[in-house]
Amino acid sequence: MTAPVVKGFAALLVHAPNLVRYGAEPFYRLRARGEDAGATLRPGLRSYEDALRYPPNQAFIGNLRPEALGDLPVPWYAHPLEGASPQGRHGDLMSEEIFYGFLKVADDFSQVSLEADFLEEIQESLRQHPLFQETDAKRLGRGATAPDLAQKVSSEEALPLFLGERMVGIVQRAHPLDPSLSAHALLENLACKASALLALRQLLGQHPGGPESIDYLLSCSEEAVGDRFNRGGGNLAKAVGELAGCLNATGADVKSFCSAPLHAMVMAGGLAQSGVYGDIAIVGGGSLPKLGMNYDRHLEAGIPVLEDMLGAVAFIVGPDDGHNPQIRLDAVGRHDIRAGFSQQAIMEALVVRPLERLGLSISSVDRYASELQNPDITRRFERGDTAKTNYKMIAALAAKRGEIPADGLDTFVATCGMPGFAPSQGHIPVGIAYLGHGMDLLSSGQARRIMFLAKGSLFLGRMTHLADGMSVLVEQHP
Amino acid sequence: MFQGKKVIALGDRDGIQGPAIARLVETAGAEVVFSSTECIV
Repeated sequence: MTAPVVKGFAALLVHAPNLVRYGAEPFYRLRARGEDAGATLRPGLRSYEDALRYPPNQAFIGNLRPEALGDLPVPWYAHPLEGASPQGRHGDLMSEEIFYGFLKVADDFSQVSLEADFLEEIQESLRQHPLFQETDAKRLGRGATAPDLAQKVSSEEALPLFLGERMVGIVQRAHPLDPSLSAHALLENLACKASALLALRQLLGQHPGGPESIDYLLSCSEEAVGDRFNRGGGNLAKAVGELAGCLNATGADVKSFCSAPLHAMVMAGGLAQSGVYGDIAIVGGGSLPKLGMNYDRHLEAGIPVLEDMLGAVAFIVGPDDGHNPQIRLDAVGRHDIRAGFSQQAIMEALVVRPLERLGLSISSVDRYASELQNPDITRRFERGDTAKTNYKMIAALAAKRGEIPADGLDTFVATCGMPGFAPSQGHIPVGIAYLGHGMDLLSSGQARRIMFLAKGSLFLGRMTHLADGMSVLVEQHP
Repeated sequence: MFQGKKVIALGDRDGIQGPAIARLVETAGAEVVFSSTECIV
């Protein structure tokens, strides 16, 4: 049987403590209270070293198996890892100053200006960075003077970019009245574009055909690119592909809140299998609005603001190549409109029905990569452990079907699940964060089948009460 | 206990969603004046 395959995966983390102030919760709340965001947040911000040694971050970039997190002492932020590395099997953990450089690289319309001395300071590190390309140097420009930048901030044309208390750059608005082109909206979009670009470059650096072998790009990122006439109607995929050198590709964006990555994977699989396109790159850029989502609770509890990471992923789906893990297009699970609102009905639609079509049982899947939100963040604030809740529901369905004993739920969860480890980035934690780890297991024969699941909160946009969900079964190549 | 009562139903996407709560209390005789689901992640 031929089936589309997943040909590669890359991930990126950016430690962005000074961008936390522009996350939606801190930005709107602190502004409404008239508080100085820098002063309020500073006591809770982590150092790069702390972020690097944070166990879930090491799992995200591929230096630690997520399953191993369950053996580590909690809370994870209080037990930093020894020997943590910024280079992971799936990608890097980048510092904020280097990311500011790439924010400028990703900027096509001079919205970003970096202060000249700061630019000089990061120039060498940027040029040495493996994801920096020769053509990027020209895009950096020569920098601006601090008084010029300060003037644009004070006239409210721009938002400042900080490193601690030092302003090292600005992001300017593109229109005086259009909220879709405000400095804040453009910063969100550029952070998404830059992080997606870095993940894609990382991926294409390992891809035998290089950037020009990509026929099509799909962005499953969450940001609303567009102007006041078409808010959210834009195309980030092609913008990212342009800077990654995918000269033979076109592309489009796929939106469905957090479930977009799996929609994109299924669409890409269908396009590759039908021969419309060859290799298709899928990118999910970082979500700046999610930074500091629980900042007030973190500060109140006297613990670090853990939502200080931008996360991005990129992967390639292409026609069957005879060896990479296959996407079972005949076992796509969907939360259809009639599925209803109960968790049991949703999980039956996502897990049971697709497996039944293949004559498989729930326990014949080696691993379920479900909602992988970090419990270090959610559990602390009585928001539960989303990953575990989902696994328990899958286990309960297996027990109900007589596949496992009623007292075997915990064993099932421990065997087929894993602790959540992904940064609070909406579409990034939903199964797709595990794709690189999953490919490692499937390619080495340590697993035969992995099911990826995602849910999307459609109701947040107030257009429907519905939620969304998708599942995809990925198998070892026969 | 819900007969003749007005209810605001606030649900959780990964727990019990708003419409599920609304349907339940309507069956018990309540009037749902507002229902929504929130996402905590």
